[in-house]
Amino acid sequence: MRTAYLDSLYNLAQKDKRVYALISDNGAIVYDKYRKDLAGQYLNLGISEANMLGMAAGMASCGKIPFAYTIGAFLAYRSLEFIRNDICLQNMNVKIVGTGAGMKYSALGPTHHSTEDLGCLRSLPNLTILSPASPMEVAKATRAAYEHMGPIYLRLGTNGEQEIYEQDYQFEIGKGVTLAEGDDITIIGTGNILAEVLRVRDMLNRKGISARIINMHTIKPLDKEIILKAIGETKALVTVEDHDIIGGLGSAVAEVVAESGKGTRFVRVGLKENFAVGYGTYSDMIGQNKLCAEEITLRCLECLSDMS
Amino acid sequence: MDNEKVSRAAKDIRKWIYIIAHHAGGGHMGAAFSVTDIIATLYFGDVLKYDAHSPKWEERDQFILSKGHACYSLYAALAMAGYFPEEELKHVGMPGSRLGGHPKIYEVPGVEASTGALGHGLSFAIGIAYAHKMDKKDNHIYVILGDGECQEGSVWEGALSAPTLELDNLTVIVDHNKLQAMDDLESIVRMRPFADKWKAFGWNVVEINGHNCAEIREALLTREEKKPTLIVANTIKGKGVSFMENVPIWHYRMPNEQELPVLMRELGLSEEDLR
Repeated sequence: MRTAYLDSLYNLAQKDKRVYALISDNGAIVYDKYRKDLAGQYLNLGISEANMLGMAAGMASCGKIPFAYTIGAFLAYRSLEFIRNDICLQNMNVKIVGTGAGMKYSALGPTHHSTEDLGCLRSLPNLTILSPASPMEVAKATRAAYEHMGPIYLRLGTNGEQEIYEQDYQFEIGKGVTLAEGDDITIIGTGNILAEVLRVRDMLNRKGISARIINMHTIKPLDKEIILKAIGETKALVTVEDHDIIGGLGSAVAEVVAESGKGTRFVRVGLKENFAVGYGTYSDMIGQNKLCAEEITLRCLECLSDMS
Repeated sequence: MDNEKVSRAAKDIRKWIYIIAHHAGGGHMGAAFSVTDIIATLYFGDVLKYDAHSPKWEERDQFILSKGHACYSLYAALAMAGYFPEEELKHVGMPGSRLGGHPKIYEVPGVEASTGALGHGLSFAIGIAYAHKMDKKDNHIYVILGDGECQEGSVWEGALSAPTLELDNLTVIVDHNKLQAMDDLESIVRMRPFADKWKAFGWNVVEINGHNCAEIREALLTREEKKPTLIVANTIKGKGVSFMENVPIWHYRMPNEQELPVLMRELGLSEEDLR
């Protein structure tokens, strides 16, 4: 995802001199061509996230389009007041780009995990939150962020994520994507975990259960229509995120369900009010934290069995 | 610079600060009085390039009051400069007014940043200064920080950043009144040697009497190539009202019946002015 982002941003910056790549000393090697070709538009501000975001807001007030990038955890937590006051309150056209979504920095431990970032940021007025699920989607989301006038939080994984799309599609902010149709249960995922959710679909399929899979690449504004349609057309709703179940995708969907006036069986799968446990690869992490396809499948089956 | 004009403006700003507080029922008067002479010199001493009838004029210099709680002083200067009617100053903090207890961008003509939470104005100003450098424009950016505000870590991130970026189009004035909300600054956090810290960070540092308009102007116009300028303005919190000067409680307090006549006499206010 990171490469997709950097390639997309590089192309945007080459064409539009208003675009700036600000970083907080993260990902030095991958910026080689920026250093070479985009003098002045590329700026490593050192390990000072708050300063970077405040500065980005000031630049945006002069018509620049800064993309301020570093590990998401350092942006959403350390610099929250700068995101709120400098960027959102003043509605500045700043793109806040956080890498290492969820537990992607698996072995680096919870200080580097973004497992509450959506909860921290979702309540901020004016902020649009994008959480793409694959390299192709990151490229589209980066362009959409550029075209959107206003603050964006773009939540990226790291590198090596598998492509979940087999063909090109239309990316639109605020419009979820139905990756697979199904009648029995709807699973809504976001970001890194989508590849795992697609495996769940196959597992359920083998048990004769047809699962609709929705990629909610925009957390805010949330696609209410796609949720309401799922409530009407399938028997149960499950959200999956590598984030705490409080404040993120699950909470956002729950708000829509609660206000819909329609009952549905509903389960949120994610971290349950805890920081991620264990170390290892991302795959190890989702296993240890009960977010692997097998565990999600079990939760889906429980959800459906409760109904009978 | 017309010294007489600046002194008169400073006197009027001080009057307005109390008039605003009187109608609003409170406010951070001590801080507003402290920065009054600096703000008067910026706006009325031929320092800032601005056009009150075209607040977003592209060639303007920009001023950011990072210690947003001193905004009564800024509001008074902006109204006196013609950004909005002086009458609005009597409605600060009231329903329907665009002027609040801390300044907001967009809503208030002439306000360049929404400030209030401390430690934000410097980095925001650095962003503006950097953008102007990239555009090869010579607009100058001025920021007022409080000395207590300099206890915020983010100020020192900016303090490192501006010299690194060689922003000689940036001037920061620290309102060094040596008091903060609760007590004497130094007794809460040891900040001495204050000017030396900034020098060591690579700033062009000038130290002045922050109530002497000629000294203020000279410092505001000081430039050093490839270095941002930091003015340590030695000021008196509550300057202009004897019983408020250097007394921490006046960070946020209103005068009582005995104090009010003294304040009015010293500021040159009449009963009529408070209507």
